[in-house]
Amino acid sequence: MTLVQNFPAFCILLTLVSAVVTSVLRRRSAAILTGVVLVINLVLNVMTLVYTLQTGESYVYRMGHFPAPWGNELRVGVLETGTAVVLLLVVLFSYLGAYRRSSQRIEPTKYNLYGVMVDLCVLSLLALIYTNDLFTAYVFIEISTLAAAGLIMAKQTGSSLVAGVRYMIMNLLGSSLFLLGVVILYSITGHLLMSPIHDAVAQLAANREYRIPLDVTVALISVGLGMKSALYPFEKWVPAAYSNATITSSALLSSVVSKGYIFLLIKIYVRTIGLPVIEALGITDVMFVFGAAGMIMGSVAAIRARTVRMMIAYSSVAQIGYIFLAIGLGTMDGLMVALWHLLAHAATKSMLFISSAEIDEASGGTHLRKDVRGAFYRSPLAAFAFSLGAANLVGLPLLSVFVTKFMMGQTAVAVGGRHMIVTLICLAVSTLLNLGYFMSTAMSLYVHDGEMVRRKPDHLVRFSLAGFLILNLTLGLCAGPIYQMFLSGFSVFG
Amino acid sequence: MSEEKKNQPGSRFAKWLNQDQDVLERQMIASQTRKPDSEAELEEEWRRQRYLEDKQEEEAIARRLETLNEKNVPLVGRGIYLAGCFLICVAMIVLLLYTVTNLPGFGGEIDPIQNEVPKRYIEQGLQETGAVNIVTGMILDYRAFDTLGESTVLFAAVMVVLFLLRLDPESARYSTLARSIREEPHADTFYEPKHDAILQHTAKVLTPVAFLLGIYVILNGHLSPGGGFSGGAIVGAGLVLHVTAFGFRDIRRFFTYKTYQRTVVIALLTYAISKTYSFYTGANGIPSAIPLGTPGAILSSGLILLLNICVGLIVTCTVYVLYAVFRKGEV
Repeated sequence: MTLVQNFPAFCILLTLVSAVVTSVLRRRSAAILTGVVLVINLVLNVMTLVYTLQTGESYVYRMGHFPAPWGNELRVGVLETGTAVVLLLVVLFSYLGAYRRSSQRIEPTKYNLYGVMVDLCVLSLLALIYTNDLFTAYVFIEISTLAAAGLIMAKQTGSSLVAGVRYMIMNLLGSSLFLLGVVILYSITGHLLMSPIHDAVAQLAANREYRIPLDVTVALISVGLGMKSALYPFEKWVPAAYSNATITSSALLSSVVSKGYIFLLIKIYVRTIGLPVIEALGITDVMFVFGAAGMIMGSVAAIRARTVRMMIAYSSVAQIGYIFLAIGLGTMDGLMVALWHLLAHAATKSMLFISSAEIDEASGGTHLRKDVRGAFYRSPLAAFAFSLGAANLVGLPLLSVFVTKFMMGQTAVAVGGRHMIVTLICLAVSTLLNLGYFMSTAMSLYVHDGEMVRRKPDHLVRFSLAGFLILNLTLGLCAGPIYQMFLSGFSVFG
Repeated sequence: MSEEKKNQPGSRFAKWLNQDQDVLERQMIASQTRKPDSEAELEEEWRRQRYLEDKQEEEAIARRLETLNEKNVPLVGRGIYLAGCFLICVAMIVLLLYTVTNLPGFGGEIDPIQNEVPKRYIEQGLQETGAVNIVTGMILDYRAFDTLGESTVLFAAVMVVLFLLRLDPESARYSTLARSIREEPHADTFYEPKHDAILQHTAKVLTPVAFLLGIYVILNGHLSPGGGFSGGAIVGAGLVLHVTAFGFRDIRRFFTYKTYQRTVVIALLTYAISKTYSFYTGANGIPSAIPLGTPGAILSSGLILLLNICVGLIVTCTVYVLYAVFRKGEV
């Protein structure tokens, strides 16, 4: 085993150590350590990505001296490392871009604890991406839930506390459903590692044994993780959580925390239960309906939102709907589209949050949608980033979400039948609705009325916005090769 | 009757029988620092007044929330909501019970869970981990990564609670509140009986026993049932019992926020670093240099003893710090 193959495990342990050390540091050193560890994680993951691209295979990393069904293990391939790299970039830019603004809202003596929460989020994200063990996944889901609750309540204002409590209630329900599912799955297969479960489930399905427990466990896991990633009927915690937390928290929650759960769900569908079994159970159709409803309802709620952040929060619900609709198509292509949209949405949504905070500040600390008129003349870079993000979510060609919509349409046509009709209608309606709220807000940024005071963002914000722009443009302009790269990873994912 | 004779057990019993005197009263009073009656009564009255005021304030807030709720949610909507909740709960209960009846039985020989996984744990666990207690060998060696995650869950929980509830006296924003919470009538000891003789006597006996038992359970985790999680919970319970009976003054002599930070950082770092070593050697096929020792001896089973101590420290600190922070906002 070469040294590079150790890096995913090193990243996880390094992040854990850094979280522990950060808890005793002072404010400034805590902030620096968190940033440095993010950069190191990024570098190590890029190196692993290059390695896995060269070999083209995925490999299993034993966590300890005992092999598969007895010990814990990680599994690393192009898909895992690629997802980790994109999401870590998003975390880094979100962390830097909102560092100053978020740290003003937090009690100075407690800033190190905020750094701990960020570290724990990254830790659980990496563990969820790389783990090959259902119980490990559950443990890190718990860490992720706790850290996210801390992130939401960090401002310690009344509304953020209420949002945090709501978040906790919905997410604990989701975690417990997931845990119940894992327990039932263990008692009918006798395994906790994903690959052995796959074989056992295939055998059970072939012999038609334990049909009901298998149905229930798939339903519990799907609904549990759907609840945690803000799938439509369970999204009630989203608007309050995303619009009352600090801006770093909102960006991290919407684009990293919820994405870890979706990645895990896809992994469970492909690697653990097996897509044929899932499809035979009909759970994908449920996901399809929820996803379609989310696409429309999220956008409708976003149109009525009064503040920019509330609008972005509701638009998250719509975008999560896209992901679940793609999962609900029930084919490998559909899952690949879901994965692609996961990355595209993560990169875009965090950019929207960071740029909207900058625009709000340039417009006199307001949050209302009507007050951001003419923000382009006050803060050009942020306004440009915001309009690019908005254009992306609407689905302008040459950008990443366009690829999602295109591939989703193609997959739906291949699936055919009612799925095709519903998908195409939903895509059309949702695009129109997106145009309605995103374009109207983005265009109002360019209305020039009266005297404008130019506001220069500090260099961290500029760096982060530039990074986000490059990331989004790369995902859009180089969509072909990147999509192919992930596709090759997907073929060795299961 | 002379003064000595009055205090003889026999005569005290007779008095109690005649309902002249409560047999416990003498002890209770002796353990209290008595103030002159009038002053004590005055203080008691003031205390009662404060209590009533606080209660009225709380009730007013509760009423305001209630009216706010009623204004926002119409009665019909609430009825439908409650009925929906009820139906979903019942449906969930029925579904899960039905699933349970379809699960394989517990402990049967041909159940799916009786496969090669527990077989190896049971048959080779002792040679491979050196731990007589198979469960400990499983959680701290075969599946040590999960357990590292679980210790981190405890760490994360304490961090969030400290973030939300700790009133840092150095912090500018909360300093008034932080200062006022230390003084009466906001201090946590205000409404509590300060000299509860029964509790104090019980705590005096039980605390050392709890400490000893907890430490035994932690150190013997690889030899007998128990381990870091259960032992840590016992020691933590001992600390909480002592604090409840005697207040924070004694414990603060050796356990402050700094102590918590140091202990948990050292314990988690030791765990993470020692496991990094065994993950690295395990994954790369390098034999571990840590001897397993003679099974059954206290110094055996490789890293497990060390890891048990780490987990025990983390759990102890977590139990105590959660209690202390919830009670008075600082450790």
